[in-house]
Amino acid sequence: MSSLCRNSCLAALAVAALLGGCDRQERYSRGKPLGETVPVSGSPDTIFPGKSTPPPLDPRAAAYEGNAYAIAQGQQLFNWMNCSGCHSNGGGGMGPALMDGQWRYGGRIDQIAASISEGRPNGMPAWRSKLTADQIWQLAAYVRTLSGQERKDAVSARADTMSNTPPETQTVRQPIKQADSAQQ
Amino acid sequence: MTAAEKAKAPPIDVPRDGPDLTGDKLAAALEATWMRPPGLIGWLSSVDHKDIGRRYIITALTFLALAGALAVAMRMQLSKPDNDLIGAARYDEIFTMHGTTMMFLFAVPVMQGMQIYLTPLMVGTRNMAFPRLTAFSYYMYLAGGCLLWVSFILNMGPDVGWFAYPPLSGPQYGVGKGPDVWAQMITFTEVAGLAVAVTLVATILKQRAPGMTLARMPLFVWTTLVVSLMVIFALPSVALASGMLLSDRLVGTQFFNPAERGDALLWQHLFWFFGHPEVYIIFLPATGFLSEIIPTFCRRSIFGYPIIVMSVVATAILAFGLWVHHMFATGLPRIGYSFYTAASMSVSIPTGLQLFCWIATIWQGRPRFEVPFLYVIAFIFTFVIGGLSGVIIAAVPLDLQLHDTYFIVAHLHYVLIGGAVFPLLGAITYWYPKFTGRMLSDALGKIAFWLIFLGFQLAFFPMHLSGLLGMPRRVYTYPAGMGLELPNMLSSIGSLVVSAAVLLFVLNMLLSLKAGRIAPPNPWAAPSLEWATTSPPPPYNFPHIPVVESRTPLWDSPETLPVVHGLRVEHRELLLTSVLAAGPETREPSAEPSPWPFISAAAVTVMFISSMFSPWAVLIGAVPATIALIAWFWPKSALPHPEPVIS
Amino acid sequence: MSSGFQTALGGEALESSNFLTLFIVFLIVSAVMYLLIVAALMLGLWRGRSSDEPLTVEAGRHHATNPMFRPALIGWTALVLVGLVALTIGSFFTDRSNASVARNPQLTLKIVAHQWWWDVQYTTHEASNAVRTANEIHLPVGVPAEITLESDNVIHSLWIPNLAGKQDLIPGRVTDIQLLPRKVGTYRGQCAEFCGVQHAHMALDVTVQSKADFERWVAAQQRVAFAPTTPLQIAGYRYVTTHECSSCHSIAGTTANGQVAPDLTHFASRRSIAAGTMPMSTGNLYGWVADPQSQKPGNHMPTMGLSPTELHAVVAYLEVLK
Repeated sequence: MSSLCRNSCLAALAVAALLGGCDRQERYSRGKPLGETVPVSGSPDTIFPGKSTPPPLDPRAAAYEGNAYAIAQGQQLFNWMNCSGCHSNGGGGMGPALMDGQWRYGGRIDQIAASISEGRPNGMPAWRSKLTADQIWQLAAYVRTLSGQERKDAVSARADTMSNTPPETQTVRQPIKQADSAQQ
Repeated sequence: MTAAEKAKAPPIDVPRDGPDLTGDKLAAALEATWMRPPGLIGWLSSVDHKDIGRRYIITALTFLALAGALAVAMRMQLSKPDNDLIGAARYDEIFTMHGTTMMFLFAVPVMQGMQIYLTPLMVGTRNMAFPRLTAFSYYMYLAGGCLLWVSFILNMGPDVGWFAYPPLSGPQYGVGKGPDVWAQMITFTEVAGLAVAVTLVATILKQRAPGMTLARMPLFVWTTLVVSLMVIFALPSVALASGMLLSDRLVGTQFFNPAERGDALLWQHLFWFFGHPEVYIIFLPATGFLSEIIPTFCRRSIFGYPIIVMSVVATAILAFGLWVHHMFATGLPRIGYSFYTAASMSVSIPTGLQLFCWIATIWQGRPRFEVPFLYVIAFIFTFVIGGLSGVIIAAVPLDLQLHDTYFIVAHLHYVLIGGAVFPLLGAITYWYPKFTGRMLSDALGKIAFWLIFLGFQLAFFPMHLSGLLGMPRRVYTYPAGMGLELPNMLSSIGSLVVSAAVLLFVLNMLLSLKAGRIAPPNPWAAPSLEWATTSPPPPYNFPHIPVVESRTPLWDSPETLPVVHGLRVEHRELLLTSVLAAGPETREPSAEPSPWPFISAAAVTVMFISSMFSPWAVLIGAVPATIALIAWFWPKSALPHPEPVIS
Repeated sequence: MSSGFQTALGGEALESSNFLTLFIVFLIVSAVMYLLIVAALMLGLWRGRSSDEPLTVEAGRHHATNPMFRPALIGWTALVLVGLVALTIGSFFTDRSNASVARNPQLTLKIVAHQWWWDVQYTTHEASNAVRTANEIHLPVGVPAEITLESDNVIHSLWIPNLAGKQDLIPGRVTDIQLLPRKVGTYRGQCAEFCGVQHAHMALDVTVQSKADFERWVAAQQRVAFAPTTPLQIAGYRYVTTHECSSCHSIAGTTANGQVAPDLTHFASRRSIAAGTMPMSTGNLYGWVADPQSQKPGNHMPTMGLSPTELHAVVAYLEVLK
């Protein structure tokens, strides 16, 4: 291939790629403008009776699910806010396990964000005014990776801490079960 | 002859070059045997070292231009304090790409490209020792470069610096796939570099023209041999380190995790054990260029040939004992540091000896101020400053202030641009007629020369001051009031001058391709063997293999070179000689063009890239790669066997 | 020399003045060597052009050499060798002098580096009288100080050029740096190892003061935070201790006890905000608290979307924390 041909191929590829972009690594460092003042979720609408149609997914989910930056920030916040104090790196203790498929209040990202923001009975504190909405969504994105819900190429294999779980890039995806509260 | 001897003697009815078959008839026959097949498949199957060398050089120069554009962007951002032209995250990607591209995709490949093109011509043989391996290495290099740049364009490029220290590049802090792209690009380029090095060593040791003892080898071939041996020892270290990083990030191993008995400093040791020899891998071929250009333009043989050879070897060996000088601030024992200070100082002694020999050659000769020689003078003015700033930072108390500041940026550019790029530009000007059959424009060459020489000083000398005035490296901005405004503005202006110069140089290369003066076989009246054939050389390099009786064969046998006869003409065949004295040993078949190097490279590329996303890819991807390699190495019964020589 | 606040040419401490001396020696030797080489080159070019009997291929004498070059080569090698040995010895003795500060530190600190701020603790005092601050250090002049350096995240490097060379802070390792400041003044240090997106804005304010002033500063640091007095300040205090701020920041004497962000007990007495990103002033404080992500994009303090009333209150309270 002549260098002219090669160069024009490269240029075409560059243009196509620029139009595409890759959202996995987009860093939204400022959060959405003033989005922090918008409530984390339309609660209590994220909790719904077992057999009915779930409400539509909050449109903010797309920015956080599968976003490597959000998951990494969530991982840091999980350590900083001492979530392991009750949830023990996902294995559960005083709080329920986060690595399995059982979600009392829902395992979708907006439902998890609502749980973090509002608090839940039996000990989950409300983080609503302690963390911004952006931070809560980041935490929710990270929590979802503990049960393998997110794309593996956005997840980091381990933290630089003592090893406490198998590598998160190898976590098998736990199918989410909407738990019946009577079975708790 | 007895019947047994007759059976073993080579068949005498096969056409061979010799007194019966010479001149145009020989040329036509050899051309038919050695030219590459036509079309795209032929282009992809080429095993001609000149094709591959040219591809390496053009690809490397393209990466130089891309990385240079990034450098100008950085300098625009840094021209004013608290500037907001480029944001922090984007700037981090840009300086990572600049350093990574320059070091891995330009500096080493361009030197290897020149080595691939020139070595067979300089030693008087028809092709490299492992032609298909060389072709494979080019495709791997290209794939690695494309991986890095396509990722950058797709917003998933690395942003952890060209040295990618963990834990910043590790699984927790190296967010996304950027550091994986960086680490896997290393794998590609190190495979390519190792393949080329192995081929060059074999070519130089076994395929030199008869009579070209090691003591008569051109100095560029000596540096190629030494540098290729350095590559074989140094590159595995970084390939190992990047493999460990990929493993940490992909499957959660603990190599660099201090909480689980790993060590962040392990990376630095492995990386710099490669990183320090790397800069000599880039610099020593440039000294080889100088040792070829200076004799030609001073019209005499080099002064102190054995001293230069010893200096190159000594530099190569010493280079492996210096790496801790990149880690003086990490808190290792101080008495150990003193050893590395002494070692780092001592590596300047061989280089000082080479400098003496070059200046002594100039002194005793009759210098001609053509463009290649101008670059030699620019080298001495510039590289020596870089070398002396290197002596300064070899001292621990001084390095602790200057490490990771713009003083180091100044030092590294003085030695890399002054010490490698200036000789490279001189070498390109010098060998351009041989590569293309045309001369570069002298006028454009001189303008580009002055622009780059002066522009470089303007861009990089003030950085010594910026560093002393407190500007650290890898910062996207700096505050006002520290006295940094003036040095940074000067550097930014200088960077524009340098880019104009590079553009002019490239323009010269492109225009002269069509409009340059036609070049004779030896336009500079130079002494070495590559000038004994046409410009550009035919696919078979030489119609007859020359015999060498001195270090400057074309000066000592000006009318016709003595040659040997007897190589086959209808199959690819080259002459193997002994390692020390270069006595003829066997006539060895040479590989035919083949598409399998390209196909293997494609299969290995798929395997490497997908292994960034899943460990299973290593297993699954190995299958097509193995199949391609088997097809490559499948014995072909039609080739003739090696033949003995009759002296 | 320069009177800059972040310059290696300052020489205001033992190690940095040793640096200046050694650097000048090296510079002079380097300049002499450079001039020798360039002079030899120029002379060689001139001689080569003007010589009547060049040893060239045209004259048929391209292998001959002038016998003067053999002794010249030996002389050159000897010169280089002697020069390098002298420089190495000079470097060694300077190093020993710098290390002498370590023998008897009278003040000890511990600095833990984070992304992108410095956590500073004075460890000379007993724990009940601890001094904990962030992004600043005060040192008494003439007193040898030792700072223990740690990191719990990525590699950083502490560099206060006016006082000393740099030392890395490496996770999993403990390193240290010794300082013997000799001149009262205000200086600035900066992180010198690429540590992420806001590496460029990770500085710290260094104040070298007389022993009396230093003791006064320590006493002030050992006090708990001042209480708010006006209604606006009290409203700010209520916001800070019950909302997002207290999740990460700590203010001694209040219920704010977050451990992952800079300590704010005496925040208003510092010279700069956000690890040297901008000077301390009311306007800058408003800008920082209202939208930290626009001042230092990518750092870990979120933009909280405070209402104007809340912003006024919070800033009013922060300014109380002297």
